[in-house]
Amino acid sequence: MPEPTLTQPIQSTVHRTFHKMRSYLSSLLFLMTGLVVVFVPLPASTTAHQERTFQIDARQFSYFPSELNVNAGDTVTIKLVSNDVVHGLYVDAYDVSVEADPGQTATLTFIANKAGAFRFRCNVTCGAMHPFMIGKLTVGSNHWLYRSIGLAILAIMGVIVLIKRKA
Amino acid sequence: MAKIELTRNSFIKNILKDRRPQLAVFIVMLVGYIFAIMAGLVGTPVGSHNFSIVFVWIAWWAVLILVAVPFFGRGWCAVCPIPLPGEWLQRGAVLALPDKKPKWLNLRVPKMFRNIWLQNISFLLLALFSSVLLTTPNITGIVLAGMLFAAVGLSTVFERRAFCRYLCPVSGFIGLYSQTAPIELRIKDKQVCANCKAKPCYNGSSAGYGCPWDVFPGGLTQNTYCGLCMECIRTCPHDNIAVNIRPFSADLAKPSTRMDEAFKAFIMLGSAMIYAGVLLGPWGTLKDAAYNVGSSAWLVYALVFLTFIFAILPGFFTLGMLKTKSIVPLKKRFASLSTALIPLGLMFWVAFSLSFVLTNASYILAALSDPLGLGWNLFGTATATWQPMLTIFLAPAQTFALVGGLIWSARTTQKAAQEVKVSPIPVHVYSFVATSLMLWLLL
Repeated sequence: MPEPTLTQPIQSTVHRTFHKMRSYLSSLLFLMTGLVVVFVPLPASTTAHQERTFQIDARQFSYFPSELNVNAGDTVTIKLVSNDVVHGLYVDAYDVSVEADPGQTATLTFIANKAGAFRFRCNVTCGAMHPFMIGKLTVGSNHWLYRSIGLAILAIMGVIVLIKRKA
Repeated sequence: MAKIELTRNSFIKNILKDRRPQLAVFIVMLVGYIFAIMAGLVGTPVGSHNFSIVFVWIAWWAVLILVAVPFFGRGWCAVCPIPLPGEWLQRGAVLALPDKKPKWLNLRVPKMFRNIWLQNISFLLLALFSSVLLTTPNITGIVLAGMLFAAVGLSTVFERRAFCRYLCPVSGFIGLYSQTAPIELRIKDKQVCANCKAKPCYNGSSAGYGCPWDVFPGGLTQNTYCGLCMECIRTCPHDNIAVNIRPFSADLAKPSTRMDEAFKAFIMLGSAMIYAGVLLGPWGTLKDAAYNVGSSAWLVYALVFLTFIFAILPGFFTLGMLKTKSIVPLKKRFASLSTALIPLGLMFWVAFSLSFVLTNASYILAALSDPLGLGWNLFGTATATWQPMLTIFLAPAQTFALVGGLIWSARTTQKAAQEVKVSPIPVHVYSFVATSLMLWLLL
């Protein structure tokens, strides 16, 4: 067996330090890319703002239509028609709501100035499944979903690369 | 990170060894549990104003899945009131120490049931009826009472906590996910246990009862079946049992090879995805189908639910494994690699529960003042209006949970794949697809 030389431990320490630094740098790179994926501003929509009117039929425990798509900046009018008991419609993040009595129509108007996907939900206790009477409003594109999937891709690539480096 | 032994602290150790603080918590929990049963049976049928629905499915659920399981593992089992009446009956005592005379039949659970398949089935049974269970107070009351009676019944026939260990639908998934928790109960020195003849931690002694969970602490390597009841700390004559703080998911480094546990991971993963679609999605037809139990639409829903969990999810998982070559038998690879779904599934449940809990938490205040919906106003909060909380942070928090879960799962996959000597890539792809689907369902 060859005798260990004095330079071997030094070389090994240098190698370990270099390896560690490379690992930290890779982590930092993935982290920075992740921050870009989350925070990079997207080009603003150039579509002209419109007035959009939807009639939504509400019955225990669903809305029809249950998915609305508008452009950012549109003025949205929702005519809520209740077909059985009293129902409401509350839009998450916009914090606006409307209530409709049975057989009546109630109107809610707001400017869709926040982009993304938001749940709207019944805010008047209307029966057993009331907490799950939910619809979805998408303003512009559901950019947070795409950013999240981007993050997921980055995350899995990061784990594979970093663990391979460690090995 | 090295382990930190909590029981080195004499105050913590004395609290854990003393039965009285635990009994005090047990009694509060038992009173709350019985009140939830009563509220469900005699209170208002409006779920969002009934203590049983609001405190069980919103408050308790939030504490369980967002705090207790991720940070304390089976911490809930340590204070769960369900086995208490049966255990007191079985022991013929509440606080008194054992008198060595077996009460009731004291039979051993048959070997064919000594696994978690019954827990898998009991969870699925509740899951198929969950839309009714989560929203109808008297059904919640009946199920809670049923669990209490089942625990009492099994205690009179079988030894130890047979209900908790083999039947409880909640215990099954808490056990699975407790492997990820940064807390554990373990022995300090194997040799001490090897030399200990009487094994009082398992058999009991004048100092306390034998392990109610039918576990020999000397052989503990995973949290799955340790209920953190602390009985072994009281009985060990050698002071050889410790409660430790440890790194997250320490148990997952050695993957399980049991099919019942593997399928538990699929059941939990699939249920979280189905709930996210049915309960939180915008599709009214799905909600109708899930709610109208016994209708043809519900039968189709139940069939799709079971097919998704028992065929589609494990089917694609197996297909991915067939693409890679290995000398390890397929069954072992399947069970070992499914360990990766444990952190993934836990974080799916966290993301799902965040949405459900934050939008409905404001019901807690009203139900606190008027728990039965009888027009009371005990604390002046009965008229508190419904208001979703922190919805602006909901989507980022869900992304954080799901992407964090994917990273956690990917790291677990790498370790499990090394153990069974296969490529981790198919499991990475599988986890990524499942996470993307969950992101689409929730965001």
